[in-house]
Amino acid sequence: MKIKLTKPVLAVVFALLLALPLVTTNNYVLHIFISMGIYVILSLSLNFVTGFAGQLSLGHAAFYGIGSYVGALIMLNFHVNFFLALIISAVVSGLFGFLLGLPTLRLKGDYLAIVTLGFGEIVRLVFINWAKVTRGPLGLPGIPKPTVFGVELNTSMAFYYMAIVMIIVTVVIMNKIINSGIGMAMQTVKADEIAAESVGIQPIKYKMLAFVISSAFAGIAGCFYASFISYISPTTFIYNTSVTILAMVVLGGLGSIPGSIVGAVILTLAPELLRFLSNYRMLIFGALMVVMMIYRPQGFWGAGKRVKNIYKIKAGGGKHVGHIKG
Amino acid sequence: MMKNNVYALEIKDLQVKYGVIPALKGISLKVEPGEAVALIGANGAGKTTTLHAISGIVRKAGGSVIFDGKDISNSPAHEIVSMGISQVPEGRGIFSNLTVYENIKLGAYLRKDEKGISEDIQKVYDLFPRLEERKTQLAGTLSGGEQQMLAIGRSLMAKPKLLLLDEPSMGLAPIVVETIFRTIKKINRESGMTILLVEQNAQMALYAAHRAYVMETGEIVTTGTSKELKANDEIRKSYLGLH
Repeated sequence: MKIKLTKPVLAVVFALLLALPLVTTNNYVLHIFISMGIYVILSLSLNFVTGFAGQLSLGHAAFYGIGSYVGALIMLNFHVNFFLALIISAVVSGLFGFLLGLPTLRLKGDYLAIVTLGFGEIVRLVFINWAKVTRGPLGLPGIPKPTVFGVELNTSMAFYYMAIVMIIVTVVIMNKIINSGIGMAMQTVKADEIAAESVGIQPIKYKMLAFVISSAFAGIAGCFYASFISYISPTTFIYNTSVTILAMVVLGGLGSIPGSIVGAVILTLAPELLRFLSNYRMLIFGALMVVMMIYRPQGFWGAGKRVKNIYKIKAGGGKHVGHIKG
Repeated sequence: MMKNNVYALEIKDLQVKYGVIPALKGISLKVEPGEAVALIGANGAGKTTTLHAISGIVRKAGGSVIFDGKDISNSPAHEIVSMGISQVPEGRGIFSNLTVYENIKLGAYLRKDEKGISEDIQKVYDLFPRLEERKTQLAGTLSGGEQQMLAIGRSLMAKPKLLLLDEPSMGLAPIVVETIFRTIKKINRESGMTILLVEQNAQMALYAAHRAYVMETGEIVTTGTSKELKANDEIRKSYLGLH
């Protein structure tokens, strides 16, 4: 059932993705793929904190929204370049992740979920009510497109390729962290906090790190979205969005990078592909998800196990390479 | 062995509260270097809480914990580990999604000496050959006894001066319990590791330990050498099931 991610397989997928805009000039198709790309980054970032560090967050849309609004506002008001805005959005979202994490990451499981849920609502209400800055429910129109050396990247094709680049960068960074000592420490925190403490790991430090990195990537996705769609309003960053992202992570397989990608792809594509069912499509969509969770609870790509071993162990023991760094 | 009456561990009037409910009502105990001491008692007596208070996992409401002459009452858990106290958590607390080898290696999380770490991994394998056989397996796939071995082995990797063991017999078959306690005794007698052991299974605890304290509802009610306690009528009746 599971496809092995060998180099040729990846190369073929990558080539197909690169070729897509050359085959179709249909903006609708590209538009869906770009939205998919944004959701891929969102689900990857939520998977980082929920799948790898084991901290359930129900307020991911808040960080997505913060990144979106910060990016849009600085591009509109201060004419900041898009790429700089991306970085600033990441930093600000990460900072909010840090501030929220400071008092709440000592909470566990359900409690953390409730606090993040509340945070999501607070952020949405701020977007609506801080009308002086955010224009409230009217939203922010006319968000500029990126420009490179004076050339405006306003085509869907440009956004499509940018999305691909951003996903690759996200996957590479996350993969690096997960397969490092930090990733190992995060896994121990997920498995058993007391045991982690008993070997000298500070759980709060790694939970915080995961939370901040996750929020920062959600911020990047938000800024990208703002520029791509050119109009943002509070209705995008609602509880429903947080749940959709969580569904992508769980459906794809908690703690799996390919899983999060597959989950985002399926949950963005499915409502579109089911369009022929008109009014029944969300009903069928919901039913499909229920069936999926009954028959494949570990998700599409969640093996439930980590296959990769970050230490190289020579057969027969003796030599032990690699050291865990904090 | 004693350096001017410095105990490996000395607890004075230790109090812990969970909310308003007192879990430890001021207990005092001493462990000498090289000694194996057991803390026995029924469920809810406060044995695990005592261990958690020593290793800094729960906050103390009063009293002091002195380790190797230093007051560690207010030190955070990770510092206490680096000072040389290693705890084997109750219910084993292994990292089930990591391999056996990674688990053992993580025990040396705060150490930097690559060579010493490699040697100690070999020592753990010598102590528990089963772990070497299964080193590439995920720890979650081990049997209960093997997981307990792994948890002990992982704690030893920190090169502790004091090893805290929390209910090593929990949920294990009697024959496995015996193997585990034989190894605990071996670790103490052969390498001189100081051990504080919390255990409901009084018989096994008194087998491995030199001395023991008996706890009831947050207080220490009796103490003595294992030999004395085994001969004590009250203990025989309440904890050893003998008449």
